[in-house]
Amino acid sequence: MRWDFASVFDNTDALLVGAVGTLRIFAICLVLGLSLGLIVGLGRYSRNRLLHIPATIFVEFFRNTPVLVQILWFYFALPILLPFQISPLAAASLGISLNSAAFSAEIYRGGIQSIETGQWDGARALGMRWGQAMRRIILPQALKRMLPALTNRAIEIFKMSTLASAVAYVELLQQGKLIASLNYNPIEAYTAVAVIFFVFLWPLVQFSYFLERRLRRDE
Amino acid sequence: MTILRVSGLTKRFGATEVLRGIDLEVARGERIAILGASGSGKSTLLRCLNFMERPGGGTIALDGQMLGREGRAGERIYRENELIQVRQRVGMVFQQFNLFPHMTAIGNVMEGLRTVRGMPKPEAEARARKELARVGLAEKADTYPAHLSGGQKQRVAIARALAMDPEMLLFDEPTSALDPELVGEVLAVILALAEEGRTMLLVTHELGFAYHVATRIIFLADGAIHEQGTPDEVLKNPKKERTRAFLASHRQFSF
Repeated sequence: MRWDFASVFDNTDALLVGAVGTLRIFAICLVLGLSLGLIVGLGRYSRNRLLHIPATIFVEFFRNTPVLVQILWFYFALPILLPFQISPLAAASLGISLNSAAFSAEIYRGGIQSIETGQWDGARALGMRWGQAMRRIILPQALKRMLPALTNRAIEIFKMSTLASAVAYVELLQQGKLIASLNYNPIEAYTAVAVIFFVFLWPLVQFSYFLERRLRRDE
Repeated sequence: MTILRVSGLTKRFGATEVLRGIDLEVARGERIAILGASGSGKSTLLRCLNFMERPGGGTIALDGQMLGREGRAGERIYRENELIQVRQRVGMVFQQFNLFPHMTAIGNVMEGLRTVRGMPKPEAEARARKELARVGLAEKADTYPAHLSGGQKQRVAIARALAMDPEMLLFDEPTSALDPELVGEVLAVILALAEEGRTMLLVTHELGFAYHVATRIIFLADGAIHEQGTPDEVLKNPKKERTRAFLASHRQFSF
C-alpha cells in the first residue's frame, strides 16, 4: 500500500471551499449557541417559574436528542410542516446551535451558581440592579471559571459541523467524501480532512489557554 | 434630627423568628453599636436596614420618608427602584469584605460610581483615589484584592462604601474575619469616620471599641432590644441580667 497525497493536493480548491464552509457554520453556531445558551442558562438559574420551566424543557429536550436527528428533522420534516424551504446551512446551524445552547446553558448556570453570595451582597449594597450586578460582577468571575468548559463546547461545535454533510452542506467532510469517491483515495482524503481539523483546532485551544492565563492576572 | 425610624420590625426565616418587633430611632450623627450573642438577630437587623433582607413586618422610614407602600393584607410592598435608592444612601461594610476579586482596589472603589451613578471615568477615578487615600491605601490603588491583607481589604471595602456618599454607614462585624494584629488598622479608620460625625450602626464583638466609638449601645437578645443606653450605662452598669451575663462571658479572660 502506497500513500499518494497527490490526488488530494490536486483538489486543494475543493478542500479550501470546504474549509470556508466549515468556518462559516462554526462561526454561526458558536455565536448563536453560546449566546442562546447564556439566555437559557439565566432562565435555568432564575427562581421565576415562568422562566425556569421553559428553560428546563429546552435543555432536557435538546440534550437528550441526537444532533444528527435534529439536523435531518429541520431539513426534511420542518418544510413539510411549514410553508418554506430551508437551506442545508440553516438546518445544520439550527440543530448544532440549539444543541450547544442546551449544553452551554448548564455550564452558565453552574458557573453563575458557583459565585459566592457575598459578591451579590457587595454589588447590591452599592445600589446595583440585578442586571448590573450580573454583567459587572457575577458573569466576569463566572466566565473565568467556565472558560475550560466553554472551550470544550467550542471544540465540540467545530467538530459537530461535520454533521452538516448529512444534508449535503459544503464543508470539509463533505468535500473529503467527494474527493474520496472521485479519486478512490479514501485513506488520503480522510486523513487530509482530519489533519485540517487538527490544524484549525489546535491553535484555538492554545488561544483559550492564553485567555485563561490572562483572566488569572487578578490572582 | 431623626434620619432613620424603625417601627415594629420583624423578620423570620422559615419557622425561626429572628427579629421580633424592633423599634429604633437613629438621629443624624449618632453612632450605635449593636451587641448580642450569635443568633440574637443583630446581623439580620442591620441587613434589613438597607434591604439586603426584606423585612417581614413593620416599617422603616428614612429621612422622614416611609419606605414601601401598604399591600392589601397589610404587608409592605417595596419597589426595586426605591430599594436601589435606599442602598445608595445607606452604605454597608461586610464581615467578609465582599470585594470584587476581578477588579483592582481602585476598580472596586470606582465601580459604584461608574455603574450605578454613571459618573465619567476621570471623575470617578479622582474620587476613588481620594477615598483610598482616606483609608491610607493610596499606594495600593492598582493592586488586586488577592494581594491585599485582610485589614487592607476591609479598608478598601470601607472606601468603596464611602465613595457613594452615604448618609449612614452599616458595619456588619467589620473585624470578625481579621487576624488580631490587623484589627487595629480597620478600627482606626472607623474611628476617624466617627470623628467626622458620620451616622453609623455597627455590629461588633469588640466591646472596648464599642465603648469608645459609640454614642449608644443596643443589646439585642432573642430578636428584641433587651437593653440600651449610653456606653457607660450598658457596658459599665448593665441593668438586665442577660446583659450582665453576655458582658461577663466576653470578659471572661480579661486581666
